[in-house]
Amino acid sequence: MMLTFLLRRLAIGLFTIWGVLTAVFLIVRIAPGDQATVALGPDATPEQIAELRHTLGLDQPVLVQYLNFLGDAVRGDFGQSYRYGRPAMEAVLERFPATVTLTLAATVIAIVVGIVLGVVAGHRPGSLVDRTTSAATLGLQALPPFWVGIMLILVLALWLRLLPSAGGGDLEHLILPAVTLSIPFTALVGRITRSGVAETMSEAFVRTARSKGLTEREVLTGHVLKNSLVPVVTVVGLQVGTLLGGAVVIETVFAWPGLGNLLVGAVGNRDYAVVQAATVLIAVCVIGLNLAADLAYARLDPRIRLEARR
Amino acid sequence: MADHSVAVAPANQRTTPMLEVTDLEVVLPAGAVVDRVSFTVPAGRTTGLIGESGSGKTMTAMAVVGLLPDTASASGEVRWKAQDLLVAPERRRRQVRGREIGVVFQDPSAALNPIQTVGRQVGEILRRDGLPRTQVRARVLELLARVGLPEPERQADSYPHEMSGGMRQRVMIAIALAGQPELVIADEPTTALDVTTQARILALLADLREREGLAMILVSHDLRVMAHVADEVVVMYAGRVAEQGPARAVLDRPYHPYTRALAANVPAVTSRTAIAEPLPGAPASPFDRPSGCPFHPRCPMARDRCVTEVPALREITEAGAGPGRFSACHFAEEVS
Ligand SMILES: Nc1ncnc2c1ncn2[C@@H]1O[C@H](COP(=O)(O)OP(=O)(O)OP(=O)(O)O)[C@@H](O)[C@H]1O
Ligand code: SF4
Ligand SMILES: [Mg+2]
Repeated sequence: MMLTFLLRRLAIGLFTIWGVLTAVFLIVRIAPGDQATVALGPDATPEQIAELRHTLGLDQPVLVQYLNFLGDAVRGDFGQSYRYGRPAMEAVLERFPATVTLTLAATVIAIVVGIVLGVVAGHRPGSLVDRTTSAATLGLQALPPFWVGIMLILVLALWLRLLPSAGGGDLEHLILPAVTLSIPFTALVGRITRSGVAETMSEAFVRTARSKGLTEREVLTGHVLKNSLVPVVTVVGLQVGTLLGGAVVIETVFAWPGLGNLLVGAVGNRDYAVVQAATVLIAVCVIGLNLAADLAYARLDPRIRLEARR
Repeated sequence: MADHSVAVAPANQRTTPMLEVTDLEVVLPAGAVVDRVSFTVPAGRTTGLIGESGSGKTMTAMAVVGLLPDTASASGEVRWKAQDLLVAPERRRRQVRGREIGVVFQDPSAALNPIQTVGRQVGEILRRDGLPRTQVRARVLELLARVGLPEPERQADSYPHEMSGGMRQRVMIAIALAGQPELVIADEPTTALDVTTQARILALLADLREREGLAMILVSHDLRVMAHVADEVVVMYAGRVAEQGPARAVLDRPYHPYTRALAANVPAVTSRTAIAEPLPGAPASPFDRPSGCPFHPRCPMARDRCVTEVPALREITEAGAGPGRFSACHFAEEVS
């Protein structure tokens, strides 16, 4: 049944989140510098440090600390950000919408442009259009995103003065970072769509569709596209997570006020609570997206729906 | 091939063919897979294409409806209702597909879209032509019932993988019939099926032919199928016509050693496989035809002349041959 399939996926997801929490817990213990020492700075007296260690529970056995950490984490409590002087999760969530906006914008660009490119190229494999598109996507996928970002800033923002180079909030500021972030993803979606479409084009049912007197466009949209989308959906689901990670880098290039900017700052300041909260939030999002991809995957292909029953 | 029969017997309506294929040639990058094939299909009649695997039957049939692979090109003439489809505008060719000429493909499992319900696939052409939803549904159920699917209501909502091979082939036939064509091209409609199901599908096709006056191009390598259903047969070898004529006469008294060999190899009716035992020797590739008569390396009657001189397809006029017999053998009169 679909339900057991779902439950199994959900269990795997929860298990992964637990793994991430454990890793995040351990990394902070292993990282150089005690949280209390870092928070109080070099001028603190040993008494002050000992007091804060007690408040943070750092004087308790590791296992107790771990269980406390897990208990708090489930409630979304990762402690205080010493830098912002308020709960870490609150600071993280405040920046989260900007990152989601950026990631979504890049995803939409990648899906629309990638699928169009892939269908055009895959319709007649080996044709001039196909070879040109394939070469272009291969090239784009290989370019480092931050380099593309800097080039875009140079040409479009500084030279042509069409768009602002840095800052955030509105659509104008969104375009450059979103395009930059989307480029390797667009290329990937394009290539996967292309190979799916090219493969589907050679299937016998495409000829059946033509035997009904459909135009090529009707054949593509009515029969080829959906049959080629299963790998695309999977990749999109998996890659949106990666994209979220990529946003971190791009945000700093364009000074986009998102989670990435916050996270980079927090790492630099050893604001561990914020690092933990941000990391766990990203992990939960990635896992949730993968689960959604699995679902969409099963919905698209009735044969998978059937397999899930076994 | 000069066709004098039209002038000789103008009173006979059946001699005015609905489809007239003349000197059809299909060229792939590797060479010509169909070489000067000509045949006709009069309204309501069935013409069979027969030959071993790779002899160009599917290519011939697909050239008629313009469903050749992208890499293939066709020349010659495909005259359908007084218009040459090979040079007709793409719009007209699309209009012919499905609505005037329907196609039943070789392998129903591959020919059906795996992710669309059967009902959707059968109704597609109707929906596309603007029939309202409820009427499409009614027509689909009617079509499914007509091809002998039990419980059409339920089957319309199921997917191809939930059906048996025979049921899928019935669905395929329903798709071919949906646009109310006058001609149906059936490419090996029974090859992928077990013997019992084969018989049922053949009975269905014969029934459609009798009751609805459908004309048919039937592709098969099974002589028994031909004997049952076809009026005329074209025997193909390496992309060329080896022999053609009225089905019964050709099978009873072949004028080509290849036809004779095919007829001698027909398996017993009780045989589990529908496919005849392969003839000794490998079929000649259309891309690499032997010199002279392409059949000479396997022909028990081959002589020196067969190796050097390509035999022309000629009408057999000897006494007792009957009308409309053609053979591409130098020694046709010695075969039977
Ligand atoms: N899509 C294609 N591209 C290139 N060559 C092809 C293609 N399809 C078939 N051929 C070649 O064309 C020749 C004729 O093939 P065709 O399918 O017409 O034979 P057939 O008589 O229908 O055989 P079968 O009984 O196996 O269906 C074969 O040599 C085959 O290898
Ligand atoms: S022409 Fe010669 S080789 Fe060809 S079929 Fe006739 S006898 Fe055989
Ligand atoms: Mg074939």
